[in-house]
Amino acid sequence: MDHFPTNWGRPRNDGFDAYGTYPIAQRPYNGLGNDVFSEGVQRTQQPIVTGTSVLAIKYKDGVMMSADNLASYGSLARFKDIQRLHPVGNNTIIGAGGDMSDFQYIQALLDNLMVEEFTEGDGDGHALGPGEIHEYLSQVMYARRSKMDPLWNSLIVGGVKDGKRFLSYVDLLGTTYSASTLATGYGSYIAQPLLRKAVEGNEDIITEEEAVKILEQSMKVLFYRDARSLNKYQIAKITSEGVAISESRSVDTQWSFADGIRGYGAQTQ
Amino acid sequence: MFRNTYDSDNTVFSPQGRLHQVEYALEAVKQGSAAVGLRSKTHSILLALKVCYIFCSYVQITLIDCQRSTGELASYQQKMFRIDDHVGIAIAGLTSDARVLSNFMRQQAMSSKMAFNRPVPVNRLVSAIADKAQVNTQEYGRRPYGVGFLVIGQDRSGPHLYEFSPSGNSYEYYAMSIGARSQSAKTYLEKHYESFADCSLEDLIKHGLHALRETLQQDKDLNVNNTSIGIVGAPSVHEKTTNVSFRILEGETIQPFLDTMVPKDAPAAAPAPPASTDEDVQMAE
Repeated sequence: MDHFPTNWGRPRNDGFDAYGTYPIAQRPYNGLGNDVFSEGVQRTQQPIVTGTSVLAIKYKDGVMMSADNLASYGSLARFKDIQRLHPVGNNTIIGAGGDMSDFQYIQALLDNLMVEEFTEGDGDGHALGPGEIHEYLSQVMYARRSKMDPLWNSLIVGGVKDGKRFLSYVDLLGTTYSASTLATGYGSYIAQPLLRKAVEGNEDIITEEEAVKILEQSMKVLFYRDARSLNKYQIAKITSEGVAISESRSVDTQWSFADGIRGYGAQTQ
Repeated sequence: MFRNTYDSDNTVFSPQGRLHQVEYALEAVKQGSAAVGLRSKTHSILLALKVCYIFCSYVQITLIDCQRSTGELASYQQKMFRIDDHVGIAIAGLTSDARVLSNFMRQQAMSSKMAFNRPVPVNRLVSAIADKAQVNTQEYGRRPYGVGFLVIGQDRSGPHLYEFSPSGNSYEYYAMSIGARSQSAKTYLEKHYESFADCSLEDLIKHGLHALRETLQQDKDLNVNNTSIGIVGAPSVHEKTTNVSFRILEGETIQPFLDTMVPKDAPAAAPAPPASTDEDVQMAE
C-alpha cells in the first residue's frame, strides 16, 4: 500500500524508492532527467501530427520543390499554416513529410549545424552543400532507426552547389535515393508518374515558368485525390543565385463533378 | 642546472609577460630534425631529415648519423605520417605527442567522411589541432605538446601548406621549415619562394632538397636513408604510380630526385640550370 495520497491514481515509478528500502548508497536516483519511464515513453511508435507529400524536380536553372501548408492530426486538418520547406545555408532546401515534431527537431539540428559551420569556417570556401547536408541527414536518420527510435519523416534534400544540381531522398529508415523527380508519401503514387512524364529527359530544357506549372498541376491533382492535403502550398526554388521560398498560394479547383458522385456533398438518395 | 622561478606551471606568466613552459615546448620543436614544406599551384610537398636518437644519459638526447653509429641498434625515426588520402604531415619534436595529434587528425578526417561524405578541409583540420594545443597552454595541470607539424593537403581550394606549433598558432605558407637548423632552410626558401608557384613537381622537390640540405652539418649530405619526401598532387615522372593522393617516398625511390640536386660545392646552387632535358615546358620567370 502506498501511503502517500499524492501518488494515488498515478503510475507507480519503480525508480523512486518511496519507503527508503535501499541503503542510501544503492538508492535509485530519482532526480530530474532520470525518469525511468522516459526512455520507453519517448520512443516514437507512430507519427502524430503529420505532413503529407513533398514534390521536387530538377529544371534548367536548378531545383524546385513544393509542399502544402497542412499538418494533420490523424484525419483532422489541425494546423493550416505550417511551412514544410526549410532552407539550410545558401544552397540547400529540405522538404519534409511525416511527423512534424520530428521535422522541427531536424530543423533545430540543422540550424545548430549551420551555426557551428559559421563559427568555425565562415567564408573559408568549404560551406556545406546539399550533398553534405543529405549525407548528414541520412546518417542521423539511420542512427535513430538503429536505436529503435526513428525520426518519422520522409525528407527531400535539394540544392545547387558549384553549378551542379542535387536532388535526393532520405526517410525514417535511412533509405536514400536520387532522381530528377522525387515525391514523398501519397505524392509518390499520384504525382511521381506525372512528374516523370514531364521532366525526365527535359531537365536541361524546362524553364522556371514551366517548372512552376508542372508542380502546380501535380499539387492540384494531389489536392483532388489526397484527403490529407490542402489547397494552400509553397514552392521553393534553389538556383545558383540562392534559395527562395514563395508565399503560400493556391490553385483554382473545380468541384461541380462532385455533385454526381455518391459520397460527396448532399445525398439525394 | 639552469633555474627559473616562473617555469614550473604553464598557467603562470613571468614578470616579463612570458609563459616559459610554452617557450620550452617551442624549443622542443627546434630539437627535432628538420622538415621542409613547399607549395606550388599544383602540388604541396614535404621533405624531412630522418635521424637516429641515441639516448646517451638520463636527459641528454643526441642526434647522430646512423651510418656511423652502432648500426643495427639504431634505426631512423619516422618523420612523416599519412592522415588521409589528401592530407599528410611532417613532424619535428616529440614523436609520441605527434602520434597523439595525428591520431586525432585521423579521427577528424574519418568523421568528416562519415558525417558529410567529404574529405575534411585542410584549414579546419589544422585549426582543430591548433585549438587543441592552445587549451594545453591555458589550463592548469596540463603541458603543451612538444611537437610542431608541417601539414600539407589538397582540397576544394587547391594545395595547401600549414605550420602548426605547440603554442597553438597555425599559419598557411608558400614554403616553411621547422626543426633543428631550420633557419638555414628558411633563408634558402625566402630567397626562392616567389618562383615556387609555377614550379613543376620535380623542380619543387629539387628546391626542397636544397633547402633541407642547408640544415645539415658540414660533412653530411642527403641520401636515400636519411631523407623522406611527402607529396600531394599529380605524380612525378620518377614515380611509378598514377596516384594523386598523399604518399611518402623513402629509400631507393628518392634516388632520381637526389640526382637532380646541384652539388653543394658548385657555385650558385639556386636558380639552377634546367634539370630535366625531357621537359619541354619550362616556365620562364
